[in-house]
Amino acid sequence: MSAAVTDSASLAPTTDIASLRGDFPALQQRVHGHPLTYLDSAASSQCPQAVIDAIGTQQGLNHANVHRGVHQLSERATLAYESARERVRDYINAASEREIIFTRGTTESINLVARSFGGSRLSAGDEVLITWMEHHSNIVPWQMICERTGAKLVPVPITDAGELDRAAFDRLLTDRTKIVAFVHVSNALGTVNPARELIGKAHAAGAVVVVDGAQAMPHKRVDVRDLDCDFYAFSGHKMFGPTGIGVLYGKENLLEEMPPWQGGGEMILTVSFDGTTWNHLPGKFEAGTPNITAAVGLGAAVDYLARIDFAALEAHEAALLEHATERLGEIDGARIVGTAADKASVLSFVIDGIHAHDVGTIVDAAGVAVRTGHHCAMPVMDRFGVAATARASFALYNNHDDIDRLILGLGQAVELFA
Amino acid sequence: MNELQELYREVILDHNRQPRNFGEIGDADRVIDGVNPLCGDRMTLYVKLNGATVQDVSFRGTGCAISVASSSLMTERIKGASVDETMSLFEMVHDMLTSDANEPPDELEKLVALAGVREYPSRVKCASLAWHALRAALTGTEHEVSTE
Repeated sequence: MSAAVTDSASLAPTTDIASLRGDFPALQQRVHGHPLTYLDSAASSQCPQAVIDAIGTQQGLNHANVHRGVHQLSERATLAYESARERVRDYINAASEREIIFTRGTTESINLVARSFGGSRLSAGDEVLITWMEHHSNIVPWQMICERTGAKLVPVPITDAGELDRAAFDRLLTDRTKIVAFVHVSNALGTVNPARELIGKAHAAGAVVVVDGAQAMPHKRVDVRDLDCDFYAFSGHKMFGPTGIGVLYGKENLLEEMPPWQGGGEMILTVSFDGTTWNHLPGKFEAGTPNITAAVGLGAAVDYLARIDFAALEAHEAALLEHATERLGEIDGARIVGTAADKASVLSFVIDGIHAHDVGTIVDAAGVAVRTGHHCAMPVMDRFGVAATARASFALYNNHDDIDRLILGLGQAVELFA
Repeated sequence: MNELQELYREVILDHNRQPRNFGEIGDADRVIDGVNPLCGDRMTLYVKLNGATVQDVSFRGTGCAISVASSSLMTERIKGASVDETMSLFEMVHDMLTSDANEPPDELEKLVALAGVREYPSRVKCASLAWHALRAALTGTEHEVSTE
């Protein structure tokens, strides 16, 4: 397996983004008699064949528990699992594999930080700064830990364009702020936050920074040391890997100081009824048998992404967003929610007189998959005075035809509801 | 488009555009909040009883066409009906939305317009929210209902 990795890594990065669509078998099917137009990658992206094959091989031939047996399959499983960790480390440029904790996903990663780091560091009078554009997964864990510790949760407002209110951020960041947690790319609005700048300011104020990177990973080449974030959380299934696996990156010195948050096998060195000693990193935070197969799938997804030229990818996605924004203008009563200057390829919108769910059902009949609802970001919906939006999100495998089919479907919705 | 027209029948589109019995009843006997946490839709149902009769009924809220039309059609159909008849309508609508059973019974009258929802499992909750709120109003067990 490691030989194949070396081979693929030695290839020059591909700049031909349009050619990648053929790698995704799910996109070759028809839905309701139409070619599938998949515009819901911000909810969950499709897997390339390489990821599907890696999952099949791991589950079919190498399945055993990790870090336990001395037999051949257990050694293979352990090697595959740890090799996935190493590839993730390399991909995000973490200093050590001890800084890569496998979790179930972004939500679990943030809960881990909130419970373990927040739970041991926060007390009454402290503040946790978040933003108004967070996904519920970067709100609720902090609410829970604030309630337990007496700390205060402070949300930074956003502008009408859906950008962070920078002046408010500067004002609300004080010496009471112990943790700053913000989304790198907003799932509901597409807004890209100026991560490096915010991290620098937070550090200058003495705060520790947690970044929710779930939506950034499929669009950007993230370098955690360049960002200098203290924690970075992301999910496999939003970056062309499988569900059930995610990562918490954390700086080693912080992870070392943090108490474990779940107890069980794997996270211990010795157990007796008089007391237990914790395992070294990263095992300390990986109690129980992990999702080995999904971790291997994530490793394959990272290999896949590592072969892509991200400048070309960003140009491809910017062109898609521009085309979609322009064509949505043809739809009567359509209004875009989230118009940040720096925006990922996410188009959230409402249409006068047609609820987002009706839009979703109608375009689905034309084979077009979009997300509808509050996108697990109810404060964002409240901020823009809407109950729900429809959201088309574009990934590396989408093209202009996909957008044209969406617009055709939206035209049918307007016609039906006229 | 044909399948869609089966879901979005003219009656549904009409009740969505102009919902009947939309608003509050100041002296309602029962007020129930209904929420569909999956999509964030909310509605409040107001019921005024006169003995065992639904004397007046209204609703407020935001939702998709299916949810608004279902609420509107429901209030129109049950206003003036007995509580027993209303509960039996609840069962008939529930069956129509969730089972592949026979033709919907004639008693449903205009409510048969909701039959197309059955083909869209993700939308059944939109149609049934108002009815669950109604059942809670009449059985008097809860103040808030959820589709989850």
